Amino acid sequence: MQGPSDFELSRRKLLLGTAASVAFSAASAEARAQTPVVPAQAAVPGIATMKVSFNVNGAPREIALDMRTTLLDALREHLHLTGTKKGCDHGQCGACTVIAGGRRINSCMTLAVMHEGDSITTIEGLGTPENMHPMQAAFVKHDGFQCGYCTPGQICSAVAVLDEIKAGIPSHVTADLDAAPQLTNAELRERMSGNICRCGAYSNIAEAITEVAGRPT
Amino acid sequence: MKFETPATSNPIDQLKVIGKPADRVDGPLKTTGRAPYAYERHDVVSNPAYGYIVGSAIAKGRIGGIDSAAAKAAPGVRAIVTADNAGKLGKGERNAAKLLGGPEIEHYHQAIALVVADTFEQARAAAELLRVDYVKADGAAFDLAAVKDTGQPKPLFGGPADTARGDFSGAFAAAPVRFDATYTTPDQAHAMMEPHASIAVWNGDKLTLWTSNQMIDWGVGDVAKTLGIPKENVRLVSSFIGGGFGGKLFLRSDALLAALGARAVGRPVKVALQRPLMFNNTTHRPATIQRIRIGADRDGRITAIGHEEWCGNLPGGRPEGAVSQTRLLYAGANRMTATRLAALDLAEGNAMRAPGEASGMMALEIAIDEMAEKLGIDPIEFRIRNDTQIDPERPDRPFSQRQLTECFRTGAERFGWSKRDPQPGRARDGRWKIGIGTAAAFRNNLLVKSAARVRLDGNGMVTVETDMTDIGTGSYTIIAQTAAEMMGVPLEKVVVRLGDSSFPVSSGSGGQFGGNNSTAGVYAACVKLREAIAQKVGFNSAEAEFADGEVRAGNRRVPLAQAAADGALTAEDGIEYGDLDKKYQQSTFGAHFVEVGVDVATAEIRVRRMLAVCAAGRILNPKTARSQIIGAMTMGVGAALMEEMVVDKRAGFFVNHDLAGYEVPVHADIPHQDMIFLDETDPISSPMKAKGVAELGICGVAAAVANAVYNATGVRVRDYPITLDKLLEQMPDVG
Repeated sequence: MQGPSDFELSRRKLLLGTAASVAFSAASAEARAQTPVVPAQAAVPGIATMKVSFNVNGAPREIALDMRTTLLDALREHLHLTGTKKGCDHGQCGACTVIAGGRRINSCMTLAVMHEGDSITTIEGLGTPENMHPMQAAFVKHDGFQCGYCTPGQICSAVAVLDEIKAGIPSHVTADLDAAPQLTNAELRERMSGNICRCGAYSNIAEAITEVAGRPT
Repeated sequence: MKFETPATSNPIDQLKVIGKPADRVDGPLKTTGRAPYAYERHDVVSNPAYGYIVGSAIAKGRIGGIDSAAAKAAPGVRAIVTADNAGKLGKGERNAAKLLGGPEIEHYHQAIALVVADTFEQARAAAELLRVDYVKADGAAFDLAAVKDTGQPKPLFGGPADTARGDFSGAFAAAPVRFDATYTTPDQAHAMMEPHASIAVWNGDKLTLWTSNQMIDWGVGDVAKTLGIPKENVRLVSSFIGGGFGGKLFLRSDALLAALGARAVGRPVKVALQRPLMFNNTTHRPATIQRIRIGADRDGRITAIGHEEWCGNLPGGRPEGAVSQTRLLYAGANRMTATRLAALDLAEGNAMRAPGEASGMMALEIAIDEMAEKLGIDPIEFRIRNDTQIDPERPDRPFSQRQLTECFRTGAERFGWSKRDPQPGRARDGRWKIGIGTAAAFRNNLLVKSAARVRLDGNGMVTVETDMTDIGTGSYTIIAQTAAEMMGVPLEKVVVRLGDSSFPVSSGSGGQFGGNNSTAGVYAACVKLREAIAQKVGFNSAEAEFADGEVRAGNRRVPLAQAAADGALTAEDGIEYGDLDKKYQQSTFGAHFVEVGVDVATAEIRVRRMLAVCAAGRILNPKTARSQIIGAMTMGVGAALMEEMVVDKRAGFFVNHDLAGYEVPVHADIPHQDMIFLDETDPISSPMKAKGVAELGICGVAAAVANAVYNATGVRVRDYPITLDKLLEQMPDVG
C-alpha cells in the first residue's frame, strides 16, 4: 500500500515525466498527422505521461499515457476498443486476454508503456459482425457464451491456444515433452483454464474450439 | 391481456420459429466485442470522470472521521463523496443495508466514499490516501453456528416461516425406518464476470444511468427512493449485462455513487465496483444449516418428512428459503418445515440463482440418497415411489405438469445407471475410484406480469421494445423468435430493443421467470398489433393469418410492409395472470446424473460425465435453453466441490474476496455435458406454454455430485463444499 511519504517521492518524478512527455509530443507532431493520436492525458498537470506507439489490429497507434495505465485501460478508455473486458483487473479471470506479439496475455497485468513497438490483436481485430473470424463464428454456432463478457477473452485465448499447440509448446498436462502436443480434451481444457466463464459455457466452448481445430468432436 | 384460463391453440403453436435452435441474434455482436456493456458507452457519454469506491475496513461500528486532505490535493481529484457531503439519502426498498455507509457501518466493505478524478489511475491513487478512523462496535455476530439458536421465524418468498400437515412428530416417531441428519451449505458468491458498473449523467434534475441491472423497473424505483427524486426523473439503460445470477437484481453502490459523483462534479461519472470489493460489498447466497428428518415404511413410502433451516442476515434481510422444495417434491402425509433467521453482521444475503431451492436441494437430495440406502432401495426407485402428482400439502391442487419420473427413467437409461455398483467404494478405473450419483431437479415456475411495445414499419420490419433484460439467458433471441412467429416474418425482420426504462415494464430477469413471462408479454403486444394490422387492411382480425411476411384472409393477401406504408403501426400490451398458479402448482422438474473419479491416494475429485434430463414446458429455443441448463450444471459443480466464501469470524468478512481465492469451475473442471429436454407443453403457465429453465438446471446438481462421491468412496460428506480434506481421513485403505 502506498503511504504519504511514498507519494511525495513519486510526485517529483511525476512532474519531471510530464515535462519530458510534452516536449516529446511536440517533436512528433508530424508523425501524428498520419497516426491517430489520442492526447487524452497529455495536458493534465501532475501526471507522468509517456508516449507509446504500438500497432493495434493492424493500425499504428500512438498515445500519451499516464504511465500507470494498463494495456487494458489504454485499449478500453483511450482507444475505445471496449471488446477487451475488465473482469477482475488482477489477472485472475482472463476476460482481458489479448494477443501481443503473437502470444496471449492478460492485458490488465501489463502497463501500456511496456508495449512500445508491439503488435496487439484484440477481439475487434479478429473479425467483425459481418465478417467473423472462424473462431467467432464457431462460438456463435455452438453457443459458446451466454452473457458474453468473458467471450472476447475466451476467443482470443482459443485462437492463441491453437497456435501454441502448432508451435509445440507444452502445457501442464502434456505427458511427453519430446512429442508434439495434440489438441486432446485434456490439453484444450487445461490451456483454456485461465479464462473463467461464470455462465458455464465450457462444454460448448470446447466444441467450438475443437471444430475450428479441425478435429471431430 | 389477462391470462385466466389454460391456453388453447394459438399462433405460437405453429413452431415455425419458436422451438427452433436459432443462433443468438446478439451473437455476432458479443463474439466480436461490439456489444457495449454499461461501462463502455463511449458512444453516448464523452469526457467522463472516473469514480473509485472505498470500502469500510470494519464490519460493524461507525466512522469517527475521514481525513481526505491528501486525497483532495492529489492530481486530478474532483470530488470525494461521503455520507457527510452526499446530502440526505434514503434506502432502496430492496436494500437491507445502506449503499453508502457512514457514520454507521453495517458490514465490511460497505462503500464509505467515492473518489472522483479525471482518470481512473488518479482516482485509484487518491483513494489510497483517504485516512479513515473507525470505531468498532462490540457484540457483532459473524458465526452462524454460534447464533443459530437465536433465530426467529421469518417468512420466505411465497410461504410462511413454519408449515405443517398431519402429525409429523408422531408419524416420524412411529416410522419403522427413520433418518435424521444435519447439513451445511456455505456462503456463495455470484461472481458474475462483469463487475457492477455504471455511468451516470445528470441533465438538470434528470438522471440517466447506463448500468448493469437485471430488473430495470425495480432499479428505477430504488434509485428514485434513495436519492429522493421522482421516479420519472430517472432513466436506467442496461442493453447488455455481463451476468447477474441474482447479484444484479437490485440497485447497488456503483450506480448510486456514480449518480452522486456526477452530481458533485457536474460531469458524467463512471464507476465499476472493484472485483475485490464485490464479495463483501454486494449480496451473496447466505450460508444455511439444515436438518432433515424422513420416516418411511419398509416398502420405502415416506410417512413423515421434515426440513428445518437456520440462516443469518442483516436486519431487514431475508432467509435463504432452503425448505421450500420439501413442501412439494415428495409425497408423505405428515410433514413440516421451519425457517429460523438470526441476526448476522456479514454483508447482505439475498437471491442467487434459484434462491432457496438451490441450497435446499443440496441437502434434501443427499438425504433422499441416504434414506434410500438405509431402506435398501435404489435411489431412483425410492424417488419414483414417492412421486406425487398433487401438492402434498393441498391435495386439491394438482401440478400443471410433472414428469419427474420420466426424467429419471430417461436419464437412467441414457447414463447407464444399471451399471452403477450400489455398494460404495468398489468401482475402479486405474488410480480413480469411480462413483455415480443422481438427484432430482426441482424449481417452481413463477408468473410475473410483463409488457412490451411492438411496431411495424413501412419496410416490413417489426421492432420490439420492452425493459426486459438479457443477462446471458437469450432474451434477445427468444423475444425475436416470439415476434417473428406471431407476425409471420423471418427472424431477420425483427429488431429487439431491451433494458431501457423508457420501454414498457417487463418481468425482468430473475427467478427463472424472465423467459416465459417476457415472451408472453411480447405475445400479448403482438396480438394487439395483429388486430391493428388486420383493421388497417380491412380484414376481420379473427380470420387474419400472418405468414411469409403477409397478412392473409380467405384468398386475399397483403404484404405487411404495405399495411404500414403510410405510417408505422404500434401496439402495446402485456400479460397479466389470474389464479392459475393458485389452482395448480406450477413447477419444473429434472434429474441429474453425475460420474466422478476420486484419486485413491490424494482424494482429488474429478467430474467425468454429467447428464441432466429436464421437463420445463415448451422449450422456446433448444440451443439457448440447453446452454442455460449446462451453465447451471457448471455452477452446481462449483457449489459441490469448491465454492465457499470463508468467514473471518473475528473481523467479520469473507476472506477469499476475489476470483483467485473464491474458486469457481474452470475449463479443466468441466467435462462434456449432456442434456435432454422432455417433450412438454404447459398450457396452464402462459400462452407460450413455456416455463422457466435457467434455475432448474442448478437445483440438485451439487447433491448428485455428492452422491457420486459417496458412491465412489463410501465417505458421506454433509458439509459443502466437498473438498478432498473432508474425504482423506475416512478414505478406505488405498489398494
